[in-house]
Amino acid sequence: MILAIDWMVFIEKLVLIIAVVSGSLVIAMYSTYMERKVAAVLQDRRGPNRAGPFGILQPLADGLKLFFKEEIIPNFSSKFLFILGPCLAMLTAMMVGAVIPWGNKVNLFGRDISLQIADVNIGILYVFGVVSMGVYGIMIGGWASNNKFSLFGAMRAASQIISYELAMGLSLIALLMVTGTLSLKDMVGGQMDHWWNIFKQPLGFLIFLICAFAECNRTPFDLAEAENELVGGYHTEYSSMKLGFYLFAEYINMFLSSAVMVSLFFGGYDIPFVNDMHLAQNIGTNWAAILQGLCLFGKIVFFLFLFMWVRWTIPRFRYDQLMNLGWKILIPLALFNMVITGGLILLKQNHWHF
Amino acid sequence: MQALTNKVEVVSREPLTFWERMYLPAILKGMAITFSHMFKKKPTINYPEKKRPFSPVFRGLQILNRDEEGREKCTACGLCAVACPAEAITMEAAERQPGEEHLYKEEKYAAKYEINMLRCIFCGFCEEACPKDAIYLSETFAPSNFQRKGFIYGKDDLLIPDPIKEPEAFAKARGSRAAHPEGHGNEH
Repeated sequence: MILAIDWMVFIEKLVLIIAVVSGSLVIAMYSTYMERKVAAVLQDRRGPNRAGPFGILQPLADGLKLFFKEEIIPNFSSKFLFILGPCLAMLTAMMVGAVIPWGNKVNLFGRDISLQIADVNIGILYVFGVVSMGVYGIMIGGWASNNKFSLFGAMRAASQIISYELAMGLSLIALLMVTGTLSLKDMVGGQMDHWWNIFKQPLGFLIFLICAFAECNRTPFDLAEAENELVGGYHTEYSSMKLGFYLFAEYINMFLSSAVMVSLFFGGYDIPFVNDMHLAQNIGTNWAAILQGLCLFGKIVFFLFLFMWVRWTIPRFRYDQLMNLGWKILIPLALFNMVITGGLILLKQNHWHF
Repeated sequence: MQALTNKVEVVSREPLTFWERMYLPAILKGMAITFSHMFKKKPTINYPEKKRPFSPVFRGLQILNRDEEGREKCTACGLCAVACPAEAITMEAAERQPGEEHLYKEEKYAAKYEINMLRCIFCGFCEEACPKDAIYLSETFAPSNFQRKGFIYGKDDLLIPDPIKEPEAFAKARGSRAAHPEGHGNEH
């Protein structure tokens, strides 16, 4: 019976979706706080410390401020697209969270609940599809503003994301040849209690990392919002919470691309140096799931820190340098990595005989 | 040309070596530098909670002084107003009536005494001009207000708290000058 819907599945997925969406929103909120604190610490400053103890309430104050600002829609803008832009940016940023395995499974009310919203068997392709949609939000927003600086920023973002997506995809092909699957859950499962993929694909990881920086429009690839050249970049004309959505989308993108990187290369929710299978048998599935979730979270926070660390260290690329790096260095490197990996896999299948 | 100092550093115009063109080692070096700054001591002082010590000759907001019995010392002679280069001080004199001896030290007193803090340049000439030690510059500063008229300080704002009725507030207003009671901190 195809119509016999299991309502429990429906409910548990709904709860999971709400948890993931609100979770990534809260984490994005606190990434802004973390960004300011990390920037301050790296520059011998103190950072926000007025709102609440250690400035813990600063993101709330910032959010409140954005909400209470005047909503300005420029007269000559295309109003529908102007509003659509930030919505799309936010939407695509959130959608990636659907395929990331946040943990193995928990046992609640006698049911095994997988901690992944959708175990799509082409998970990583889905991620790519959604991420490349993200550029629409920026492009539409920049174009609808009817401002040349916004359009410049949007154009830069579009060309940058398209160029770096190529290298990103190519670097992943080598990884896919190694793991032999497209599903993120299977990829994480393959890394449980084995070598993490970073040790099998170090060059692939490096290329992927650089491309992830470019995809998130983070320094050194933040040409789309280069303040000193473009006023504010694609969100020059935006104000209030629509601007907030753009800024939020950036942090959600950062969070989720960290999650993707961790899942692909750093074993996802695998607890390092511990046999997860035995652990689950010893302390129960639920406790193991909690530990695994914490472990995943720790890895993600490290990557978030890396994003910020790089941002406050490295100056921005010039546009031609950006394109040179993307097309002339990263793509050939990724191809080289692919060929080498393919050769090694063939050699291994032939029991290391030529 | 011969260098005039030994601080000259010749810029190398040689093309980058392969190692330098790899770019990543340089990035790692930079990141190591920024990371090391995480453990450096921060020079910031958390201002409202912590304050830097003032110099003993610091000139802040004016205070109208009282004697040990809590009587106002000012006799409205007007010397401070004459000395004031910014013409920030205005006053009106009044005669002490019988029965007011516990309020005013001498027979004449200032019924109105105003300092316009927007004009005041905190030079301290008023303190030097005063023959009665009735006005001095305190260690308080940074007044803020929403309106201009709030910057015209009257006697309510300027008078020091009564040393008998509110000894704690008095001591606080005296600040470090309590150590030398007749203190003209910036004299001599």
